[in-house]
Amino acid sequence: MARLGDITKLIRSKNAGPFMLTIDIMFVDRDSFELVKSSEAFSIGQISRLFNIHDTDLIVQFVESAMAIKISFPRQISSGGPGDTDVFGCQQYALLVDLEV
Amino acid sequence: MSLLHGLSRRGANVVLAGRSSDTSIFSAIPLMRGFNPGPTWHAAKVIECGAAAVTLRSFPDAMFARVSNQHFIVEPLADEYYCTPQSVAAHTLYENADSYHLVEPLGVLDTSNCKYESVSDRAVKVTGSKFNLSEQYTVKLEGAELVGYQTIILAGIRDPAILEVIDDWIEGVTRASKIRISELFPDNNEISLVIRLYGKNGVLGDRELKDKFEGHEAALLFEITASTQATANAVAATVAHIGLHYPIEKWHGLISTLAFPYAPAEIPRGPAYQFNMNHVAIISDPLELRALFRMSIHEIG
Repeated sequence: MARLGDITKLIRSKNAGPFMLTIDIMFVDRDSFELVKSSEAFSIGQISRLFNIHDTDLIVQFVESAMAIKISFPRQISSGGPGDTDVFGCQQYALLVDLEV
Repeated sequence: MSLLHGLSRRGANVVLAGRSSDTSIFSAIPLMRGFNPGPTWHAAKVIECGAAAVTLRSFPDAMFARVSNQHFIVEPLADEYYCTPQSVAAHTLYENADSYHLVEPLGVLDTSNCKYESVSDRAVKVTGSKFNLSEQYTVKLEGAELVGYQTIILAGIRDPAILEVIDDWIEGVTRASKIRISELFPDNNEISLVIRLYGKNGVLGDRELKDKFEGHEAALLFEITASTQATANAVAATVAHIGLHYPIEKWHGLISTLAFPYAPAEIPRGPAYQFNMNHVAIISDPLELRALFRMSIHEIG
């Protein structure tokens, strides 16, 4: 087990257009990347629960060339719409930093 | 493509446009000159964010790209910045839900077979970028509508006794405010009040895992929306006053709960909008764009 924040060089989130959120997780080395690829804590079910979205709305991609994992899903509220707490989606990755994998 | 038509057909030297695909601004001229769209679109994607694809960008700066039909090379302009193969490869992920495919009006950029290599200690060469032309030309149409006018109040709370019961206190302020609002504006159901607690769940809202406030200081953001600015301002003044003296059980007597950084506490924010259209229009002929987008040529100087 490891804390995701300890084995990554970057975790970030941003809007991909006003209606989608995309999260990038870039690993320090290949071993960390492989560890998380096969981790239970990183399953579709766990991620859906963490972000409180439907698992059918979740897109997870393993990007070998960048040693990165990309997670994308529709925003609950469109960018800048009533009730939006984060117009550019900049801080929505926060719960991943302490995630045990 | 509208940019290309403006430039090539009418001899424009400068094109001023409204909202467009960010990458199109940089891909327009190479495409017009017949360059291979794969390296062109990919280079455009990297440089449209300026120096974002460097390893550590502390302030905004520019990126330089050299494009050929077989590859492109990117290099940052600021001396202390540098690109690595991973920093450039990682940039295709930025602001894009699909790591390897970027949809543009003319088709899709496919970076799945790209190779990234260093050509110096700061420049990176990229080969293998492919552009798949769509059978149909598409244009993304976005629309926005007015939601109302907003007034906000920022306030701090430091009293541990209030912070101990902060969730119930906020609920109480909200309830009392809504009763007062309906007394003042009985026929108006377009007034909304939201109170956000920074220090607990201001950023993540109902996705936040921590369900109890734990800090020694809280920031509250009150947000009032109404159909006119004057109404929003009036409601905000009322809410600020209700919040300022809303009691807790522990303290007996009139208390003052909110540290306002400004006077007046109410800050009119102006009109608020929301997106109401996210549509892909299929264009059978790029000249149809003339019907969608107005274009005019002016001679200056």
